[in-house]
Amino acid sequence: MKALRDVFGDTLVSLGSTNPNVVVLDADLANSTKADKFAKMYPARFLQMGIAEQNCVGVAVGLASLGFVPWLSSFTVFFTHRAIDPIRMLVAQTHANVKIGAAYAGLMTGLTGKTHQDVQDLAIMRAMPDMMVLAPADAIEGEAIIRWATEYEGPVYLRLARDASPNVFDETYHFAPGKTISLREGSDVLLISTGPQSVRCLKAAEMLQDQGISAGVLHLPSIKPVNKEEIVSASEKVKWVITVEEHSIYAGLGGLVAEVLSELSPRRVIRFGMEDRWGESAPNDYLLDLFQMSPARLSERIIKLIR
Amino acid sequence: MSSRTDDYQELEALARKGRWLAISTVAGSGAGHVGGPFSAMDIMVALYFRVMKIRPEEPKWPERDRFILSKGHSSIGQYAVMALRGFLPIEELKTFDKGGSRLQGHPDVTRLPGLETSTGSLGQGLSVGLGIALGARMRGQKFQTFVMIGDGELQEGMIWEALHIAPRYKLGNLTAILDWNGLQQFGWVLAINEQHRGDRRDPWTGIDLRGIFEKLGWRCIEINGHDFSQIVPALESVKASGDSDQPTMIIAHTVKGKGVHFTEGKHEWHSKVATKEELKIVAEELGIAEAAV
Repeated sequence: MKALRDVFGDTLVSLGSTNPNVVVLDADLANSTKADKFAKMYPARFLQMGIAEQNCVGVAVGLASLGFVPWLSSFTVFFTHRAIDPIRMLVAQTHANVKIGAAYAGLMTGLTGKTHQDVQDLAIMRAMPDMMVLAPADAIEGEAIIRWATEYEGPVYLRLARDASPNVFDETYHFAPGKTISLREGSDVLLISTGPQSVRCLKAAEMLQDQGISAGVLHLPSIKPVNKEEIVSASEKVKWVITVEEHSIYAGLGGLVAEVLSELSPRRVIRFGMEDRWGESAPNDYLLDLFQMSPARLSERIIKLIR
Repeated sequence: MSSRTDDYQELEALARKGRWLAISTVAGSGAGHVGGPFSAMDIMVALYFRVMKIRPEEPKWPERDRFILSKGHSSIGQYAVMALRGFLPIEELKTFDKGGSRLQGHPDVTRLPGLETSTGSLGQGLSVGLGIALGARMRGQKFQTFVMIGDGELQEGMIWEALHIAPRYKLGNLTAILDWNGLQQFGWVLAINEQHRGDRRDPWTGIDLRGIFEKLGWRCIEINGHDFSQIVPALESVKASGDSDQPTMIIAHTVKGKGVHFTEGKHEWHSKVATKEELKIVAEELGIAEAAV
């Protein structure tokens, strides 16, 4: 179990030693995102861009045109809101080889409140042609995705939670874009999730088992692209399909699953997430309870729903 | 550095052709910009025909000098100059803004070889140029990077982010060229008795832009952006300063719509289609004899 921000910093350091083209551009948050680990090891390839995210994105595009592989370091919200236009025009529309390391994704942003909680990023980035949208669940998957994204030629949006979640994968893990991962099979309910919320769904499924409910968990590390047939076939095995995300229930993961199923296998989809409201500044446990995303609240909500 | 008068006459002739190609292409496609391409034309001709090391037949030549037209709505001006320089057939200009064309309304790097990035949403090109110049320094490459920005788009905050960062990285290999034509699409009304080269208010009236740029750390050169005897030496001076520790800002005083009497200083010609009758006057004023008007 390792905080995903430490995974970010450590993996960049490791990549820095083997790939001289890897550079890191920071919008003055490196000691939060842990890109400072890279800065310490490779100061000449660590480019401080100051508190100016739009320019940071544009500079990365220029560097990428010369064969560098720029990783950006800032908070999710400053990319998908402040710097979205250069991401749209300069990165996505030109298929620039820029990697957006979107740290502090989702609700749990270290007591910063709704100003720093990005609960719209999946909706925004999903709608961006040419953009890969990836969200790892644990440290092992996080490292694998960062390594994969560095090799991949094109824009990547990496949704990276701040804190640690228990490992659900082992060293045999292999990332493939689009692939969905069944973390648990179940016959009554299918919980579909992404990022570390998938791990909390797994815990909820264990609790539900004690109540005689068989819940499966389908993890989507790759929001875009995504293998639609795998979502369909996993959903067809159960009566209840429930999506769970640290995000607005509009147009994010829940929207994705609803779109896929309505076209390919029409059925009811229940979306758990943030119901058209902002978050607030509070400890992680409080927020998970408030938005009913902790394993205990989730399982309670599911029992109430299906009984 | 060459300063032969006849050289400048050659460039002046090319600029007249470029203006003709731009305005006649816009007339042919039924939409497009005129004022901006005309104010930027002389500088782009100097860059493509005299200053930049480029190979039209090998647009991705790694050692090429880079040019980014950040004010991407002046694309037809750049396309016209690139066509004259051999990057694309002049005939292809007729496809401007048409479906499937390499010549999109705003420059699209995924379509037209010879472009360095896409521009159009304003204020973004200087950041890309900054990244290219920074990367060149890191790689030890010697080419120059030129970015043309407009005084209208200078209102975008992102440009100021780049203006602040470039001097920190001591990028003597980066040159911004401000096409200061003093007009934008609509802008502000002129105050009573206010004198100006255009029919609307200059967005930077009374503001010491040079002083601001210099305080931020830019080496500034101020020129008449329609006088090749000032344009060429200013642009060429950058080659000598490429190893220096200061980026250069060429402040080019220009006239929007420059070159034709009825387009000069008129904000309505920001984006306008010339009639057949107007094209005849344009051809005459630009000395385009064989024009198919």
